[in-house]
Amino acid sequence: MEHSKVTPREAQRRRLPLEKHRIEDWIGRIYTSVCVVFLIATIVSIVYFVTSKGVATFAVNGVGIMDFLFGTRWAPDASPPAFGAMPAIAGSFLVTLLAALIASPLSIAAALFMTEIVPTFGKRILQPAIELLSGIPSVVYGFIGLTLIVPFLRDHVGGQGIGVGAGALVLSIMILPTITSVAADALANLQRGQREASYALGATRWQTIYRVVLPTVLPALLTGIVLGMARAFGEALAVQMVIGNAPFIPTSLLESASTLTSIITLGMGNTAMNSIQNNALWSMALVLMLMTFVFIMIIRLLERRNRI
Amino acid sequence: MFKKLPIMLFTLTMILVLAACGSGNSGSTTTGSTTTGTDASGEAAATSTDSGSILAVGSTALQPLVDQVAQKFMADSKYANISVQVQGGGSGTGLTQVSEGQATIGNSDVFAAEKLDADKAAELVDHQVAVVAMAAVANKDANVKGLTKQQLVDIFTGKVTNWKDVGGADQKIVIINRPSSSGTRATFEKYALGQKTEDPAGSIQQDSSGTVKKLIAETPGAIGYLALSYLDDSVAELSYDGVEPTVENVEAGKYPVWAYEHMYTKGEPDASTKAFLDYMLSDDVQKSDVTQLGYIPISGMQVQRDAEGKVTQK
Repeated sequence: MEHSKVTPREAQRRRLPLEKHRIEDWIGRIYTSVCVVFLIATIVSIVYFVTSKGVATFAVNGVGIMDFLFGTRWAPDASPPAFGAMPAIAGSFLVTLLAALIASPLSIAAALFMTEIVPTFGKRILQPAIELLSGIPSVVYGFIGLTLIVPFLRDHVGGQGIGVGAGALVLSIMILPTITSVAADALANLQRGQREASYALGATRWQTIYRVVLPTVLPALLTGIVLGMARAFGEALAVQMVIGNAPFIPTSLLESASTLTSIITLGMGNTAMNSIQNNALWSMALVLMLMTFVFIMIIRLLERRNRI
Repeated sequence: MFKKLPIMLFTLTMILVLAACGSGNSGSTTTGSTTTGTDASGEAAATSTDSGSILAVGSTALQPLVDQVAQKFMADSKYANISVQVQGGGSGTGLTQVSEGQATIGNSDVFAAEKLDADKAAELVDHQVAVVAMAAVANKDANVKGLTKQQLVDIFTGKVTNWKDVGGADQKIVIINRPSSSGTRATFEKYALGQKTEDPAGSIQQDSSGTVKKLIAETPGAIGYLALSYLDDSVAELSYDGVEPTVENVEAGKYPVWAYEHMYTKGEPDASTKAFLDYMLSDDVQKSDVTQLGYIPISGMQVQRDAEGKVTQK
């Protein structure tokens, strides 16, 4: 009897704090769920909007998909208009690859210097300094490119200064911090044992770096490079200011060319919604978005390799 | 990765299904919801004659003027209850938004019929508030004082590629153009070249007048075009068929490379919008703000021009 008398009270006393916990739990769960639903709704609607607008060029305006993707003539206001996006697609890939080619060796060397050669100075001063670079707005990079790099190329290399080369240089500076930070983090997380084993076998520092450290962190380095390329591919303002924006596949690095982003930013405000000119820009945005998905997939695949 | 695969696939299918279902009417649904919003505020503005809010969107070339006049307008105690908001975005954006009812006024460098479908353009009422004239501009080292229409056409279509062929120095011509959809380029092509041009390979396109001026001043052999308000000693302005690009020549109808700055409303403007547009055209504004910012006042023009480009004496 006594036992049954105590139990409900005891249970109630136990339930009170439990109820509070449960309410907190539920509030937390509802709050995070609402946020996630909102986030998913935003992502889905953006993807849906870009896709539907981008597909309209082909479905409503009757431009052939092949003509769009592989056509080399971009003249949206000519009569009859031509919507070949190949010059822009080629331009985007070209500056992205060039930027990655310039920036990767520099960034990886910088990361090695910071982690392997002078770790204390590197961690305390160099890494924050390089991370600072990534906080500079892209318009500043563009402006620097226009006032320093373009005149330099014009005076010392030849041509108009403006062109693919200038675009790739500006982009390579922009993606430098991205690749460097990812590479430096990967190098810093490398287990000490591997290095020490290498030294114990009598390897020099360079041999250790070259034969042990670099092969081990290679997937992470590649992740950093792809991340940098994704940023370069999507960068609009800085490139647009220095690349020249002529809708042609360039034949030299000093020639003016255009990228998907530069054509979109130049044309978006000047074309009326739902016109074929505007829809063609959305199709370019769709190509950009799909390319970004591809970059993300590559990063995911690399990360999977990295875990093993 | 593999655990997440079904979820990723599900999201992807959902996106694709959504996209496939509604690609036809996506535009109308999104615009539909925003239009109701603005309609409500528009009605509110119409009920009381001296209060309301005006949203003017569009042309970046006209934006500084509308911005400055809007500040003055709102500071005036007579119109204390009307608020004016000015946004850029480009002529195409301005025309689209006013046509769909999202903006009260659509600012544009070009006639609405050049950007919108004929039936949509017909719904808009044109208010011309200023004139902007443009001059062909070259780098100083090109050593050219003026060009004829034919010479300009030859240069911008890529037929002539060296300054010495048009009486200048022996130097390669570098074209600094505007993007093909730009209103400035449309004006220059229509009234200076008389034809649409395609970009020759290697030409440079920039959207902002400041950048264009900087590049022309720095790049040897560069040619481009700028609004008269941007001209200064760093570049050489070129006469057109022997006529100097000056405000007087534009007003007298001698220099043809100019365009109206338009402020479009959908149908006749309501009371508060009309008050703002009238204020824009008042002598007070036309004689001070308009000239001060480098535009040419509409009242000074001795000629007028219609959408087809036909010029008549006033």
